Amino acid sequence: MSNVLILNGRAIDTASGVDDARDVLLRDGRIAAVESPGTLKGVAAAETIDAAGMIVAPGLVDVHVHLREPGQTYKETIATGTAAAAAGGFTTVVAMPNTVPVNDSVAGLQWMLDAARGSVVKLFAMPAVTVGSMGGELTDFDALCKAGAVGFTDDGKPVLEDHVMRAALVAAARAGVPVSQHAEDTRLTGGCSMNAGPVAFRLGLRGMTVEAEARIVERDIRLLREIEKAEGLRPHLHVQHVSTARAMEAIRQAKREGLHVTCEVAPHHFTLTDEAIGDYDTHAKMNPPLRAEADRAAMVAALVDGTVDCIATDHAPHAAYEKEQEFERAPNGITGLETSLGLALRVLHKGHGMPLARVIQLMSTSPAGIVKLDGRGTLRVGSFADVVIFDAAAQWNFDVAKTRSKSRNSPFDGAAMLGRVMATVCEGRVVYRG
Amino acid sequence: MVRSSKYAAGCLLSVADLSVAEVSAVLGLTGQLETTPRAERAQILAGRRIALLFYESSTRTRTSFELAAKSLGATTTLVSDKSSSIEKGESLKDTGLTLRALGAECIILRHPASGAPFLLARETGLPVLNAGDGMHEHPSQALLDLRTILTRLGLNASRVDTDSLRGVTVVITGDILHSRVARSNAMLLPRLGAKVLLCGPEKLLPEDALGLGDGVEIVRDFDAALQRSQVAMMLRIQKERLAGLELDLGDYITRYQLNGERLAARAPKALVMHPGPMIRGLEIAGDVADGPNSAIEEQVSNGLAVRSALLVRAMGLGGFESVTV
Repeated sequence: MSNVLILNGRAIDTASGVDDARDVLLRDGRIAAVESPGTLKGVAAAETIDAAGMIVAPGLVDVHVHLREPGQTYKETIATGTAAAAAGGFTTVVAMPNTVPVNDSVAGLQWMLDAARGSVVKLFAMPAVTVGSMGGELTDFDALCKAGAVGFTDDGKPVLEDHVMRAALVAAARAGVPVSQHAEDTRLTGGCSMNAGPVAFRLGLRGMTVEAEARIVERDIRLLREIEKAEGLRPHLHVQHVSTARAMEAIRQAKREGLHVTCEVAPHHFTLTDEAIGDYDTHAKMNPPLRAEADRAAMVAALVDGTVDCIATDHAPHAAYEKEQEFERAPNGITGLETSLGLALRVLHKGHGMPLARVIQLMSTSPAGIVKLDGRGTLRVGSFADVVIFDAAAQWNFDVAKTRSKSRNSPFDGAAMLGRVMATVCEGRVVYRG
Repeated sequence: MVRSSKYAAGCLLSVADLSVAEVSAVLGLTGQLETTPRAERAQILAGRRIALLFYESSTRTRTSFELAAKSLGATTTLVSDKSSSIEKGESLKDTGLTLRALGAECIILRHPASGAPFLLARETGLPVLNAGDGMHEHPSQALLDLRTILTRLGLNASRVDTDSLRGVTVVITGDILHSRVARSNAMLLPRLGAKVLLCGPEKLLPEDALGLGDGVEIVRDFDAALQRSQVAMMLRIQKERLAGLELDLGDYITRYQLNGERLAARAPKALVMHPGPMIRGLEIAGDVADGPNSAIEEQVSNGLAVRSALLVRAMGLGGFESVTV
């Protein structure tokens, strides 16, 4: 494989402790050198990227995407979804298992990860916790881990039964991977299509309460505590797309207690509130739903104070006709891969003074750590040559008509973004040029 | 009020669509149409096509819209979910586009999903009249209720401003949570100066209802609320929307039924209203529904008149061009 030389940029990587002007040499799919400007001038390279005025950072990592393949390729394919990822600066994504059929077998996992699917960036997957994500029998964690599983989740269908979740946490602890939980007590949210509160009341829609999210988070934390005591194991719970102050507070306390809990927040939950639904805009419908301003502010606060471990998009493409329905009937979810960095920089960096290094950590180093991706999420020499180069000062507006995703269900069409991806390099290959 | 150009002028999706000046214009036109000779009235929308699209059963609303359209000379067609391609899975969007292709110039929609009229209006570009959407709104009902209140209280029913109902307190009692009538009234009447008291048990009236706007207050004690009111609007418990909610009906009747004794004790002069359908003996006693305070039948007649005006407005007639929308 040929060399790629990235010159004149400002390299930021908390994992290797760099935040300075650096030239970066990529060779054979690995990071070969990160040196002071000028040092690498003489090195021959097949491709040279002038990153003057740009940030050079480890490629972004998203631990929560829906690529819809197999089974729902009219919404998205692995190829189109990962092309959108590359355009958003991501070099690694983790696919959720709610495909058709559900990714709950070694054969299914291998098929998904096969190069023939045409993934543009590095693809990992979290298979289902339970067979068919039906909440009953556990899948074969050991065999699936050997085949490349980086965690387990029944995303969208939370594991409700205490004994099943306990067994899953124990099995995952033994396998050394997290159980990633969509925290929603679905016994409390039947028929609900948005956040409970005054906006839902005015719109005449049934609302999901804060309690429905918090109850599962609190239950799962209790299980961690019990398992640590009884089994001497240290299970890892990853809470997906936290959206409420109450669930976040439970996570904050559990971390203080020393339990192994990590969590993610989605860009829409730190950017928008349930007011964004406006006249029943189904592009503002997702699960967990957009919440009240106090919850949104709590997500920002938790991102700033370090309680949140990573930003994840929950990229959930749907066909136009599926979203052109009555609000209550339309499916949950929005696309997010191409707007995640732009929103994080606009809302967190510019809006709340979060240092660039922390934004990059939340979007690369830290999520890579959650699913234990060795050699990713860092610019350390010897790591995979996963790099994103972006102009942190560029202001632009997202145009959903130009998306690489097969679907256009974004509430951010026309929205202001800060920071534009100029190039994405995955294992030494330039997979996107802005 | 300004709604974006995504929606055709003449739409009535929510009471929030109407400025107070427009409410006034609708009422003015209602009065005008009522006194227009029959033959002349039948020329106003002669040759125009209006579709009634009903995904939920209805007696009053459907009949009054249909009779209103016919009295204006329009051709109407009724499409219901029970006897159309909707049963075969045709979407609301496609149903709307089909009606438009068949020449419908306006669609009157009743739908069990809140917000459905917004979708239909966006996708067809036609003026859509919301004839009740889920638990959301029933704007034409609020307008006919307004006309009923104005008439019965001896106020000017053909012109209103922000002070027209100053000093008037309206208590809306019962299943507020599931009621689109309650939402539309609670959002409309305070803009004309009225005070709206919402009354009902927590299960049917969550505190979130205060988000409907200024001028809305929650009073749990029906007797106390009634005592303060000049108008008592009673609501049916919507069994079809309770979704597992359990209610002790005996207890409900004791606390919230409007019966002769309660009315005589707390508000002997109050105007009694009910949007129908009513369940006699549950939220309202039969003798009160039939008694001298009751305006229930007038509400129905006013429905016909007000809906005529809304149809004329939807079709771009009736001087609404001069009103800034």
